[in-house]
Order: sequence, then C-alpha cells, then structure tokens
Amino acid sequence: MKIIVPIKRVVDYNVKVRPLGDQSDVDLNNVKMAMNPFCEIAIEEAVRLKEAGTATEVIAVTVGKSDSQEQLRTALALGADRAILVETDSLLEPLAIAKALAKVIEAEAPKLVILGKQAIDGDNNQTGQMLAALLNYGQATFASKISIDGDSASVTREIDGGLQTLKVSLPAIITTDLRLNEPRYASLPNIMKAKKKELDVQPIDAMGIDTAPRIELLSVELPAARQEGIKVESVEELVSKLKNEAKVIS
Amino acid sequence: MSTLVIAEHDNTNLKPATLNTVAAANVIGGAVHILVAGNACQSVADEAAAVDGVEKVILAEDSAYENQLAESAANLIKSIANDYSHILAPATTFGKNVLPRLSALLDVQQISEITEVVSEDTFKRPIYAGSCIATVKSSDSTKVITVRATAFDPVNASGGSASIESISADGVSDLSSFVNEEIAQSDRPELTAASIVISGGRGMQSGDNFHLLETIADKLGAAVGASRAAVDAGFVPNDYQVGQTGKIVAPDLYIAVGISGAIQHLAGMKDSKVIVAINKDEDAPIFQVADYGLVADLFNALPELAEQL
Repeated sequence: MKIIVPIKRVVDYNVKVRPLGDQSDVDLNNVKMAMNPFCEIAIEEAVRLKEAGTATEVIAVTVGKSDSQEQLRTALALGADRAILVETDSLLEPLAIAKALAKVIEAEAPKLVILGKQAIDGDNNQTGQMLAALLNYGQATFASKISIDGDSASVTREIDGGLQTLKVSLPAIITTDLRLNEPRYASLPNIMKAKKKELDVQPIDAMGIDTAPRIELLSVELPAARQEGIKVESVEELVSKLKNEAKVIS
Repeated sequence: MSTLVIAEHDNTNLKPATLNTVAAANVIGGAVHILVAGNACQSVADEAAAVDGVEKVILAEDSAYENQLAESAANLIKSIANDYSHILAPATTFGKNVLPRLSALLDVQQISEITEVVSEDTFKRPIYAGSCIATVKSSDSTKVITVRATAFDPVNASGGSASIESISADGVSDLSSFVNEEIAQSDRPELTAASIVISGGRGMQSGDNFHLLETIADKLGAAVGASRAAVDAGFVPNDYQVGQTGKIVAPDLYIAVGISGAIQHLAGMKDSKVIVAINKDEDAPIFQVADYGLVADLFNALPELAEQL
C-alpha cells in the first residue's frame, strides 16, 4: 500500500508573527520556518504504518516555493521514501493547493492520503477536505486513531463532544489531530541518508490547473489589546474582586 | 442576496452555535434560510423555524443524514447551493468537516472562522493563532464561510415563524459510514456554551489533580477546559482543549490554572470578558492577558478557592 503525505512549510510555531509596518501582510522577514506540526504527525503515522508492514511506500509531497525542499528533506529524514515538490513562486490558496495535490495523487494512485488537519499559518483547516471532494474520496478528518482493514480504514475522530468512529473506503483522505501519535525526531544518520533520497520537482504550470487567487488580502492588523490587569495578593482578594468589582460570580 | 445557514444539531435539538451563525448571516443582510439535514429531525426544523429572523427552513430527512457525514452532507448542500449568495456554517468540528468539501465541489475558496462581517464580500478572520487579524475580500460568486461563534452574539431562539419546506435526499454517498460515537457525559455545561470556564495546564501535574478544578467548576456551574500541554501530557481528553487547534471560548469568566499562556492557548480564550490566572511563575505570559492574576501554588490556592465560593 502506497501512502501520500502532503506537508506544508510554515513559520515555526514558537515565532510570534506581526503585521508589516504598512499592514499589507504579515512580516515573514528572517523568521524561522519549519514543517507544520500536524504534518509531522501525518508523516509519523504513515511511517508507522510502513514499519508495521501495512504500507510499502511513503511519499511526501508539498506545493510551494523551492525552499520547501528543506521540509521535504525533513520528511525523508523522518522515514518517507521519496518526495515530490510541486513548485510555484506564488503563495497559493488551499483550493489551488488541493487541485495540485489531486494531480499528483491521480498520477501516483496511492491507497491512502494522510495530511495535517490544519496549517498553523493560515489556520484554514480546508486542504484535506477539499482534496477529498476533488478526488471524490471519502474523508475522515481530525483523526486520533487509524486502523487499516483491507479495503477500508476505521478512523476515530476528535469531535466537539468526544469521539466518533467512521469506516471509510480506500482510497481515502485522513487528516490528523493532536493525539494520533507523538512524532519522532530525525536522527543524524537518517538526516544524512535523506540527502540521497529521490526528490522530484514538478513545475505547477505543467499541470493545467486554475490557481488564480479568489481572495484578496486587504490588510493585516494586530488584534485589539486587552487592558492591563492587576495582581491580587490572596485567594480572598480574588474572590472579593470577582464578586464586587467584575461581578461575574455571586 | 440570500444566505443559507447549515444547522448543527443532534436530530433532536438545534446546537446553540447555529444561532451565532444566523447572527453573522444577519450582518451580511438579505434573506436567511436554515438547512436542517438529519434523520427524523422534525423537532430540529421546528426549533429552527422559531429562530428570530429566519425566513425559511429547508428540511432534508433521510437515514443517510443521521450522523451528518461530510460526503452526503456536502452533496446535499451543493444541490441547493445555486439559490444562495452565501453559505454559512459554525466553525465547529461539524462545520469544519463539511464546508471545505462543499467549497471544493462548488470551486469556491472558503473563508474560515470569520470574526467580523465588513461587507457582503469582505470579512475579518484571525491568522497565526490570532496573532494577527486579516481582512479578506472574496471574488467568488458564492461565498462559503465558517463562523467563529464567540465573535457573534446569538440571535433569539424564539420569535420567528419561518416556513418549513421538505426536500428529498440528493447525492447520498457510501464512501464513509458511521460506526459509533463516545460522547462525554457530564452534568457540567458544554465548554463552548458555558458562561464560566476553569482550565488547567501542565501545572496540574496529573489528570487526577483535575478534580481540584472540577470541585470549583461544580460550585460555579462552570465547564472544565485544558491547555494543549495538558492534553499532550495525557491528563485529559482532547475535547477539553482550548486553543488554536482546539475549542474557541469566550465566557464571562475564564480561570486559567497552571497554564503558562502560550500564544496557541491565548488564541482560544483571550476574548473572554474577565480572565483570571493562577500560576506560581510570576513571569508567565498568561498574566499579560489576565484581569486578575494570583501568583500562588495552585495546590494551595485551589482548595482555598473552593472553600471560599
């Protein structure tokens, strides 16, 4: 069974992103970049399925600029067998990314596609579901447990009130939630080995898809700041303030 | 111009986030219709018809819609999408699952988790865990949008008298099927609907220690939440998680206990009306957003707090 794992290069989660001075966009000058955390979970799950003998090949794919090769190399160091960069100089929206991924998936014909539920830059939470629609595959989003059973997968999903388990026909799209697994770190020997693994670069222009933006970014600003609060000295003072000043408890 | 709001429900009752979504639809303007897709869910349609300001309820009853799985739900919505300029759903795990699928079927770029309607085609939404607010304008002919419930005050659940129109199932899919659900049973209010929330972080040290929070929650009629760190550490289930990748809450009172205040957590609670932080580290970033900060060991402070309430 072949598994494709689409990943994304994003600003490292420790970076506090700010708007540019002219508020035209976020300021991404000289910030540290990394693989999106939910994509690391997706790679880990695919690699575990391979280690368990369920999967035979794990292919990491990304749609982005040339520098995304860095995150593909990380995916290879974490255990992916080969990688594909669909190269574009534009910053694409989730729908366009899903269209490019759909082309790769049609060509590779994997039995399973695992991707992160959400990228921590745009916080859109769209690409997996869109990809499933474009391919007419079943979807199981926000997965906390995956088991493969022949031509279907049983997936437990994190939903608002608890957990839901679905059975989905393969090929299918699964998106990862936090508790699915704890991703490993890449070892130095594996980082060295990853440099020799195959990384195929495909220009997006050759795919014949419409990637024109549908959304115009008008401005980016800081959220309204909260008024500075006070420190209380004791639990007693806290309870008194909540009762008499804030009036939020009685 | 007219807006279709996708109802979230459990086949018996309408979920409250639907009312916040109708509120966002009202700001956009034009007629507001609600789609209730479910199984044997006439009571939900009746509730939806009573929602203030709703013109029409569209009811699709079929066993295929019992659990509102994304494949069949998206196909159904697509079958009536032509009648609408805007299609809205709450940004809950339900809305987040179904709407992007619909969006791709319609060849539309969805706008996720809006917090403000600027005009019929322009919206504000948080990005980078709420570090920044983006104002975005859509050029798509149909706008597909998920709505952050806490950013819109709910409309009245009564006062409306919408007509109810039944439609038949369309595009039923067997790509996925429901197996089972484990819904946490609790006498406490739901996290996203509670007026008081008390959350624990890594500082709680173990899941067992969450009973210290539960005691206080029961005295205040509060819901119990947690930071991602506490979920990561296995103290509590994921449905407790408040933050960028969990639930967004904005109660009247939010009490953060043993939570350092990473940006990812603040993203889920910083719109609360009053924030209390209890942490033994006086430099913890949570104190920067707290109205009332108490520098104390939570294992002393919580029993004391429980006693004084």
